[in-house]
Amino acid sequence: MVGLNHYLFLSAILFCMGMYTISTRRNAVAILMGIELVLNAGSLNLVAFSRFSDTGLSGQIFSIFVITLAAAEATIALAIVVSIYLNTKNIRADESTLLKN
Amino acid sequence: MQHYIWLIPLFPLLGALFNGLSNFAGFRFSKKISGGIAASMMMAAFGVSVGVVLALSHLEPAHRVFVNVLYPWIKIGQLQVDLAFLVDPLSSVMILIITGIGTLIHFYAIGYMWEDKSFQRFFTYLNFFVFFMLLLVLGENVLLMFVGWEGVGLCSYLLIGFWFSELPNAKAGMKAFVVNRIGDFAFIIGFALLYWALTQHGVYTLSFRGIQEHAHHLIGMMTPMGLSVVTVVTLLFFVGATGKSAQIPLYVWLPDAMAGPTPVSALIHAATMVTAGIYMIGRTNVLFTMAPTTMTVVATIGVLTAFFAGTIGLVQNDIKKVLAYSTVSQLGYMFLGMGVGAFSAGIMHLMTHAFFKGLLFLGAGSVIHAMHHEQDMRKMGGLRKKIPYTYLTFLAGYLAIIGFPFSSGFISKDEILWKAFSSGSYGKFLWFVGLCGAGITAFYMSRLFFMTFFGHFRGGHDDHHHEPHESPWIMVAPLMVLGVLSLFGGLIGLPQALGGSNLFEHWLSPVFGHGAHEVAEQVVAHAHHDPIEYVLMVISTSLAGFMVYVAYTFYAHESAKPKVWAEKFPALYRKLYNKYFVDEFYQGTVVKPTLTWSAFLARFDSGVVDGFVNLVGRVGILFSYLNGAIDRVLVDGMVNGVGSFLRAAGLQLRRLQTGRIQNYVYVLVVGVMLVIIGRILI
Repeated sequence: MVGLNHYLFLSAILFCMGMYTISTRRNAVAILMGIELVLNAGSLNLVAFSRFSDTGLSGQIFSIFVITLAAAEATIALAIVVSIYLNTKNIRADESTLLKN
Repeated sequence: MQHYIWLIPLFPLLGALFNGLSNFAGFRFSKKISGGIAASMMMAAFGVSVGVVLALSHLEPAHRVFVNVLYPWIKIGQLQVDLAFLVDPLSSVMILIITGIGTLIHFYAIGYMWEDKSFQRFFTYLNFFVFFMLLLVLGENVLLMFVGWEGVGLCSYLLIGFWFSELPNAKAGMKAFVVNRIGDFAFIIGFALLYWALTQHGVYTLSFRGIQEHAHHLIGMMTPMGLSVVTVVTLLFFVGATGKSAQIPLYVWLPDAMAGPTPVSALIHAATMVTAGIYMIGRTNVLFTMAPTTMTVVATIGVLTAFFAGTIGLVQNDIKKVLAYSTVSQLGYMFLGMGVGAFSAGIMHLMTHAFFKGLLFLGAGSVIHAMHHEQDMRKMGGLRKKIPYTYLTFLAGYLAIIGFPFSSGFISKDEILWKAFSSGSYGKFLWFVGLCGAGITAFYMSRLFFMTFFGHFRGGHDDHHHEPHESPWIMVAPLMVLGVLSLFGGLIGLPQALGGSNLFEHWLSPVFGHGAHEVAEQVVAHAHHDPIEYVLMVISTSLAGFMVYVAYTFYAHESAKPKVWAEKFPALYRKLYNKYFVDEFYQGTVVKPTLTWSAFLARFDSGVVDGFVNLVGRVGILFSYLNGAIDRVLVDGMVNGVGSFLRAAGLQLRRLQTGRIQNYVYVLVVGVMLVIIGRILI
């Protein structure tokens, strides 16, 4: 049957994939997508724990907060990306090295 | 009156300061004022001296001592030396001579030096000299006397080298000072030894009265080397006296000192400074009478000098040089007198010599003045008619020095010869040499007298278009006073043998009574009117008379005799003319080695000593350089090293900041993983 471990395993894989996306994608928007993946993996984890234990609904409530937070944070991040684009005309992450050294 | 004694040296000092300070400050007075101040200070000193001596004579003979203490000068431990003046019969004679004859010479010098451009400086030095001479004779203790002793040496140097722009004059001044100094050195050692010896007996004094009182402690005291202390002390004092009073071996400065102006020669080298040695022996006679060895040495050297210097004077052609050697010779007679214990005879000859030698020098100065500064006697002659006053006064001095009966020189010289004769068998030898010396004296003085004043004038009329003329009154008047004194001044010492009562000897007996007793008793034992005394007088007078006659035939009219005799004994003549080559001997044995030694020391000082000092300096510099290097290299290196290390580290660490977010995420993930793994493992 589908038990807790399956959900945890799934969120772990999603988390790793999201991590990998952040680490290796050049496009800034793609990095943001990776961030979403990581956050969602985390909230999936939370919901799974809430379903399979007796701690009530706090996990699910917490995951709603996470979603809100993710949205806000994505907004800000995109605003930054837009401002970088307006300044440097590209959104390559590896070429935004103004803070270098 | 004794409280005014300090005025006697003060007046000449004031004169010297007045003339000196203004002169060296560039402020010149008129010659009348300058000379007038100098001479009047001398007269004032003479006046006070007369007053003091008169007051002294009112006292009992045994108590005739005045002491005038000014203030305690030195106080070290138990020794106290005061700035104090002592007047007793001996110093009374000296101050009268110094101030009296000094005054006459000052007046004479105003005339003599009138055309000189350094008139004021001359009188400064002359007054200064008299001040020191008075300190010498009035000094109550050895140290004050020594201050005067050195001071007269200094003034002698200044006055001999008065015309120092001519090198020979400057050299003569230096020679006088240096030779004097040798004597002074011996003198200092002498009185240091004396003081030490006295302290060994618990006596801490340098005053003459103290020495007189405690001298008996020194009888029999020996030095570690087996010599009697008193003998050594008195011998050292005597060496000092040979320097100051120009005896063998330290007489060589006096003939050269004739480079100074003639009044200087008259004052210093006839009447005063050169008598300092004899005065000193008189002052310390208590010590000398305790040392018969020294007395013999004194008498022997005195009479040998008298003879020896006379022989040199025989062939000199410069009038002043003849007089200079004559002075050396006559001083020898004074030492002869002191050496045989005839102290008052010696002092009497000192006084009469001051009269006649002062007169002879001043007369010679008058001759030189008349001859327009020509001093060679071969160019003189026949001056008898041209400068009669000078001639007559010079005649008086001449008669005195050759020992014309009843002149002052006769009385004093024959007194000395008589006392020498009657002091034992050695005394007979001394008398004989002294007699020969007297004969030589008569000869060379007659030679001088006849060559200068008789015969034809040999001066020529080339550039000296003036005829020799008489000197002004201011120069002739002192000559006349001295002439009278030379002829009649000896009568106060007329011995009993000739009908007098020898007041002079009586006056001095409190001073010389102590030690002279033995000798006096010997003399008395020979009975008052010993016929031998008359015999001796007759012998010396006839010898002198014969010498005068021989000199007359040689020199009074142009004669070939001198040349003939000179050619008969060429080697002897050469020796005498060149003063026995003594100066050259000294130059070779003393002067040159000293100069070589001092050059060596100078090189040593600049080479070794300075080299050493410089080496120390260089080592210091090297050391500080090393320090600096270490500081620069090591210390700064370390500091800089830390800095550059941090910089390098920073450079490397900079590379971590790539500015790429992805790198930061990567690091973050790896870090978290490490933490988790760590938690699992540990």
